[in-house]
Amino acid sequence: MDRAAEALARKTPLKAAHRIRGLSDKWIAWVFISPAIVLLLAINIFPLFWAIYLSFTNFRANRPNAVVESVGLRNYQRVLNDPDIWMAMQTTAHFVFWTIVLQTLIGFSLAYLIDRKFRGHAFWTTIILIPMMLSPAVVGNFWRFLYEPQIGLFAYAVSFLSGLHPSDIQMLGNTSLAPWSIIIVDTWMWTPYVMLICLAGLRSIPDYIYEAAEVDRASPWRQFWTITVPMALPFIMLAVLFRGIENFKMFDMVTLLTGGGPGSTTEVASITLKRQAFESWATGRSSAFAIVLFVAVFGLANIYVKALNKVKQR
Amino acid sequence: MRHLGKAILGATTATVLSLGIGQSAQAEQLTLCWAAWDPANALVELSKDFTAKSGIDMKFEFVPWTNYADRFLNELNSKGKLCDLIIGDSQWIGGSAENGHYVKLNDFFDKEGIKMDDFVPATVVGYSEWPKNTPNYWALPAMGDVVGWTYRKDWFTKPELQKEFKEKYGWDLAAPTTFEQLKQIAEFFQKREIDGKTVYGASIYTERGSEGVTMGTMDVLYSFGFKYENPDKPYDMEGFVNSEKSVKGLEFYKALYDCCTPPGASNSYMGEGVDAFKSGQVAMHMNFAFTWPGLQKDEAVGGDKIGYFANPKGPDGDQFAQLGGQGISVVSYSDKQEAALKYIKWFAQPDVQAKWWQLGGFSCLKAVVEDPGFVASQPYAKTFLESMAIVKDFWAEPSYASLLQASQKRFHDYVVAGNGTAKEALDGLVKDWTEVFEDDGKI
Repeated sequence: MDRAAEALARKTPLKAAHRIRGLSDKWIAWVFISPAIVLLLAINIFPLFWAIYLSFTNFRANRPNAVVESVGLRNYQRVLNDPDIWMAMQTTAHFVFWTIVLQTLIGFSLAYLIDRKFRGHAFWTTIILIPMMLSPAVVGNFWRFLYEPQIGLFAYAVSFLSGLHPSDIQMLGNTSLAPWSIIIVDTWMWTPYVMLICLAGLRSIPDYIYEAAEVDRASPWRQFWTITVPMALPFIMLAVLFRGIENFKMFDMVTLLTGGGPGSTTEVASITLKRQAFESWATGRSSAFAIVLFVAVFGLANIYVKALNKVKQR
Repeated sequence: MRHLGKAILGATTATVLSLGIGQSAQAEQLTLCWAAWDPANALVELSKDFTAKSGIDMKFEFVPWTNYADRFLNELNSKGKLCDLIIGDSQWIGGSAENGHYVKLNDFFDKEGIKMDDFVPATVVGYSEWPKNTPNYWALPAMGDVVGWTYRKDWFTKPELQKEFKEKYGWDLAAPTTFEQLKQIAEFFQKREIDGKTVYGASIYTERGSEGVTMGTMDVLYSFGFKYENPDKPYDMEGFVNSEKSVKGLEFYKALYDCCTPPGASNSYMGEGVDAFKSGQVAMHMNFAFTWPGLQKDEAVGGDKIGYFANPKGPDGDQFAQLGGQGISVVSYSDKQEAALKYIKWFAQPDVQAKWWQLGGFSCLKAVVEDPGFVASQPYAKTFLESMAIVKDFWAEPSYASLLQASQKRFHDYVVAGNGTAKEALDGLVKDWTEVFEDDGKI
């Protein structure tokens, strides 16, 4: 014990000191962490088990007085045999795949450029980060106006480049373009996030490795592929993990831009889930769907984290 | 210890007093829940008379249409006490009655001499009765509403356009009486240059998220011969929902969407329709009648520039229109049901209903709408009356939300996204709706 601590211990009133001394470290630890555990159980664990229970029943939240009956695996059977749900899963997978590819490529390229530390790089870094700082509600509405075929700047810009009439460029109303309209917005908003993580990865590579490579007369191209990419890879994979999980449950942007339409073209899994749970009030079935989604994300994330650990250990 | 005892005593007294004061203040205040729209503002104005007369303060909870159902159905399902009175959508009546959300009003009506015969029959069936067509009342008809059309009278009366139209179609350019005529007019105006601006044929409902595309599609399907079920066998939908006539109606709605709507109108409902009409984009505009007072007053498109017409006839001469509107109910979880009933009693009075109409609300009381001066009272009054005489409503079953979700998806998939055929969409709808009723144990 150092002198300051010793002095503090002497100043502590005897009664209080005894009371604290009466508790073991283990108990004190429990006292401190128990509020967090109670909150975690109440907010995360209890609803999870409650949802698992509901997924085996015919419960509907809009029929509070109806008798709740067990339906066995019927809800799961219906979820797994529902073509609309499989379509929503496909849409989600398409959306996750393309946003990750684009955000990783662009984000890493931007990080690589910013890492060059050219004049004004701090200013440009801040500018690039702006979309990420905005609320999704603002971004969604902002882009909805941009995509507007009659007054939107996006349609005019594409019209200027392609020669098409602006009113023919219906990003949100066309079944082929609507998924891409969301991918563009998500990429615009979240590429800076990927860039930040990649930048942290690039900055963590010690300069002496490049200096050694220079001495060995390795070309910039070779340095990039044998030093930069492998050493930044764990960070890139981390960014992919974060964005993958986020985009798997994407809801706000799709709701604001297309509402899942046109038709069901952009109806991702989270929107289908919301419709079943809070519009159709099929609480039991939507609980089963939520559990299926949870298992899918949990399983995929687990496999991915194992791969990430292997890369880190190399 | 003595200090602690005093402190506890003081705190308890303060709590009891504050609760007491709170409750006595609460007794003087009623909360009415509704959607945030123009008629709600009119109701705030109207309710000042109730407060002046009864001494009961009125508090209002208005929620935008996009969250209206989510917000208030959650409130009712959780047996919340927020709303003492609620103006709930017509489709909610079945669920709210069966789940005990609303107070049954028969005894109260009998006691107070309020007769349902005094109200427009369609509004009683649509807003008050469950089961339908039985004398079980759960609401007082409050806001009559129906889908109808507005048109740009100033464009229709341009001599050069009238001449060109007559030459092309062989009849005078005027408010259409059939859907075929409506489509011809819409095609005529589509991408036409008027006053230096490109304009379009018609704004129709295409919204996917809540109920928009269903309201618009059904508005057309009824007049083409669509029926929800076999009149002789409830919930038997095969050959009725997906009849040949229904298929033709759905094909027509898609053709109208493809040929004659403004660019970017793939997710358009009440607000977007009003915007399209007000900004001078469209020649015709499908919307609920509640929008008409606001449009009539609009400087750019209102006054002499606007005209109104009821939903046109279908190919066989049938003419129906989609019912909107709501009834006012007392929430069974409210602690102030007595005061809430007082409000309903006051609201049902003929002079209050007459003022309600003057302020921009749509009264359902016969004494108001059958008054000799009613038709001349507003330029849209005649169309409102004509439209209310031909209304049909969507399912009001307790499972209406599931039924609505299915139709939203099927209609949007076909009409806007162009997936499959009309027959496939309606066959799919029969399958979806059958599944819902099977789950309910009704078939």
